[in-house]
Amino acid sequence: MSREAQWEVVIGLETHAQLQTRSKIFSGAATAFGAEPNRQACAVDIALPGVLPVLNREAVVCAIKFGLAVGAQIAPRSIFARKNYFYPDLPKGYQISQYEIPVVLGGGVAIKVSPDGTPREKIVRLTRAHLEEDAGKSLHEDFHGKTGIDLNRAGTPLLEIVTEPDMSSSAEAVAYAKALHSLVTWIGICDGNMQEGSFRCDANVSVRRPGEPLGTRREIKNLNSFRFLQQAIDYEIQWQINEIEEGRKIQQATVLFNPDTGETRAMRSKEDAHDYRYFPDPDLLPLEITPAWIDEVKSGLPELPGAMRARFERDFGLNAYDAEVLTDELAKARYFETAVAGAGAANAKLCANWVMGEIASRLNAEQREFAQLPVSAAQLAGVVARIADGTISNKMAREVFDALWNGEAADADTVIAARGLKQVSDASAIEPIIEEVLAANPKSVEEFRAGKEKAFNALVGQIMKTTKGKANPQQVNDLLRRKLGA
Amino acid sequence: MIDSSLKQLSAALAGKQVSAAELATVFLERIERLNPTINAFVTIDRDRTLAQARAADERRAQGERAPLLGVPLAHKDIFCTEGWLTTCGSKMLANFVSPYDAHVVSRFKAAGAVMLGKLNMDEFAMGSSNETSHFGPVKNPWDLDRVPGGSSGGSAASVAARLTPAATGTDTGGSIRQPAALCGLTGLKPTYGVCSRFGMIAFASSLDQAGPMTRSAEDSALMLNAMAGYDERDSTSLQRPPEDYGRDLDKPLAGLRIGLPREFFGSGMDDDVRAAVEAALNEYRKLGATTVEVGLPNSGLSVPAYYVIAPAEASSNLSRFDGVRYGHRAAEYGDLVEMYCKSRAEGFGAEVKRRILIGTYVLSHGYYDAYYLKAQKIRRLIATDFQRAFEQCDVIMGPTAPSVAFRFGEKSADPVQMYLSDIYTIAVNLAGLPGMSIPCGFGAHGMPVGLQVIGPWFGEAKMLNVAHQYQQGTDWHARMPEGVK
Repeated sequence: MSREAQWEVVIGLETHAQLQTRSKIFSGAATAFGAEPNRQACAVDIALPGVLPVLNREAVVCAIKFGLAVGAQIAPRSIFARKNYFYPDLPKGYQISQYEIPVVLGGGVAIKVSPDGTPREKIVRLTRAHLEEDAGKSLHEDFHGKTGIDLNRAGTPLLEIVTEPDMSSSAEAVAYAKALHSLVTWIGICDGNMQEGSFRCDANVSVRRPGEPLGTRREIKNLNSFRFLQQAIDYEIQWQINEIEEGRKIQQATVLFNPDTGETRAMRSKEDAHDYRYFPDPDLLPLEITPAWIDEVKSGLPELPGAMRARFERDFGLNAYDAEVLTDELAKARYFETAVAGAGAANAKLCANWVMGEIASRLNAEQREFAQLPVSAAQLAGVVARIADGTISNKMAREVFDALWNGEAADADTVIAARGLKQVSDASAIEPIIEEVLAANPKSVEEFRAGKEKAFNALVGQIMKTTKGKANPQQVNDLLRRKLGA
Repeated sequence: MIDSSLKQLSAALAGKQVSAAELATVFLERIERLNPTINAFVTIDRDRTLAQARAADERRAQGERAPLLGVPLAHKDIFCTEGWLTTCGSKMLANFVSPYDAHVVSRFKAAGAVMLGKLNMDEFAMGSSNETSHFGPVKNPWDLDRVPGGSSGGSAASVAARLTPAATGTDTGGSIRQPAALCGLTGLKPTYGVCSRFGMIAFASSLDQAGPMTRSAEDSALMLNAMAGYDERDSTSLQRPPEDYGRDLDKPLAGLRIGLPREFFGSGMDDDVRAAVEAALNEYRKLGATTVEVGLPNSGLSVPAYYVIAPAEASSNLSRFDGVRYGHRAAEYGDLVEMYCKSRAEGFGAEVKRRILIGTYVLSHGYYDAYYLKAQKIRRLIATDFQRAFEQCDVIMGPTAPSVAFRFGEKSADPVQMYLSDIYTIAVNLAGLPGMSIPCGFGAHGMPVGLQVIGPWFGEAKMLNVAHQYQQGTDWHARMPEGVK
């Protein structure tokens, strides 16, 4: 029995998703990233004496959207509480969060797992999701012997999404984090930018021998990339197993992951020993969400990825892989659908190939997002339609697409006409050229007849060259074989 | 002029018998002369005040007419005032100049009132005698050896001494009504949510409420008309149509049902206070009111419940005073924790520290349910008691404070004795009800006695009517302390 097989790993994740609202959760200051320090912090954010919080309705809408997307219960009445602790980048000396009664309860996120090599779907159950405000930032690097405080981020709305301890490997944790990331960006509540901290995870990890009660967990804080999440959990698992195997007990602790060393390290117990003295914030009324409000939000929610995936398979005959890749991002899925609407459902597979192939690789090469794609879905539909009706070859299509990408024309037909790319499919036009090429290349003809298939390709090449690539390659193939009596 | 009511001053300004600048000058000179003795004002700024007064005169010259245009008044130093020091009676904020106006302050500015200065108070409104102020105690104009009450002691003393015709106060457990009683004034704490708390430095958020401190009920109505109103910046501010709080002043009181809680007439109150209150009730009977005994069975729990809830909220509200962004910071410290500890140890006085300690304790893990949660349940019971009582009566009456103003130092060594000064007022805050104190005579040592009038939620107009009618037949509210004549 391998060492790993003797241990069961239990992982739960807490994710902070920064909500895409224009202003902060309890003040009117802007939330945009990257402003000069303390330029986006108003009197409420810096906690001047006498100021009061007012809840941003947009943030609540985000929470409702999330609750609907994960099939959770939306609390008809939830409470904001104060979490009290002192830190220089926490201006009020408390964070407004939700404690006993959160806005979203339950729900789940589907992930694909394959613990024994066979892929299957698993639901990671959610415990809750609650609204809270972010703190500011302490800047330790820029000031000698001092710490700078930037309160631009203070008061930024967050949705903290907490799972049950349902994951049993770093791979599952990453699969969940990716699925969640895709979902929150899909429904438009979070920009998902992990580098800017818009989506960050805390992982609660424990290990136990099969059949034993849950082990003591340690919480790895603030993991802001999928890779760090994987590395930190893997390191932590090995560390905990080592500790136990060497006869030591795991102490509950908060740990930090150091990306440079790949190790986790427990914070000093002093940093960790908080009694937050939660109590309902008397400055804020209970948050009441009516069924009518939920219905209103529901009507504005995009079709969810799972439903869209099933529809793509059903209506467009796509395979499961294609449907999944096309629905990992809302902008991509919408692009695909618009292209299919223009090119016709019969050409859905062709559209899918373009979106997942040519377009994906070009975006990747240019480090661009789907939203910044220079070729519209309608333009792509035009290209696909011309491939489908035999007007252009795939090779020509790439040239047409290239021209559209560079903004040389408004649609595929204009490019085809301007460059004279129209494919020749008229046998009476192609046949004389074939005769001509056969006459000019008796050696190749002889070689082909002797069984060299390569010689056939050389003849096709000659014919295509003579037609300047305009001849329909399939037709050239057919006609040539007939002529050679093959 | 100095003894005129707001209404009279308003009329004099309208009739151009006096300008706002002249009026402000009169009061400023009086403040300069008497304040060194009374210590009611912590900040005055002659130039700024006169600039405001001239601006009011200019507005009047442009044809503007508003009841408070050009009328001088002063704000408790708990209200943020743009460009002025706003200290909250604390060393912690001794250097804090607010960059913005509290909602209440901006309402008065919009109405054209002229601010004479900022008024002394117990530190962060924690106290019943004004002895906890960093800027020294305020003296009661009726006897300079006695306290003016608190926490709005500066507001009460300044109006009683005619240093200002009216002042704002705030009331968390009696901080308007108790000093009004001790200084012989009319003070009104409105229903929770009537006045926006935005810009009012928080002591206990679920209890704090701003209100007027004046000599007469008529003046309080004028003040409240300016102060009250919905403010979207305060989530606990109530969205209600504006009302004229003076609309019912002249209604006769025949048929008024006055509830007398038996719990307010027990052994806790001094005989001189009892005599004055009884006499006032007789006066009301003469005006056609009837009295009925009512019960507030849980009122005995109000002081302990209050001293859990208010310190709990305060311990959190005062966390922002950490020396990081504004306010007092220790001169020397080794690290972050030491900076916090020294700054707060130096910046806060003993009473504030005591309440932060109590509040931190009752919210601590393992104690929350036993203290905070239980206190909230008691709060609900107290509110229910009042609701039941108001089924039998229109207003409730009783003493405002158990005794007349006490001497400096008399209770400061024993916090529980001090806390009991608010025994009759605290339940009103816990229930969110409006409460008033009106002068109803004099007790021992010639010190004023206050009659408390408690109304149902949004009963302000009725209570002002009840107070005004009494003041039409009595002159307790018009008396002026000998020493400041």
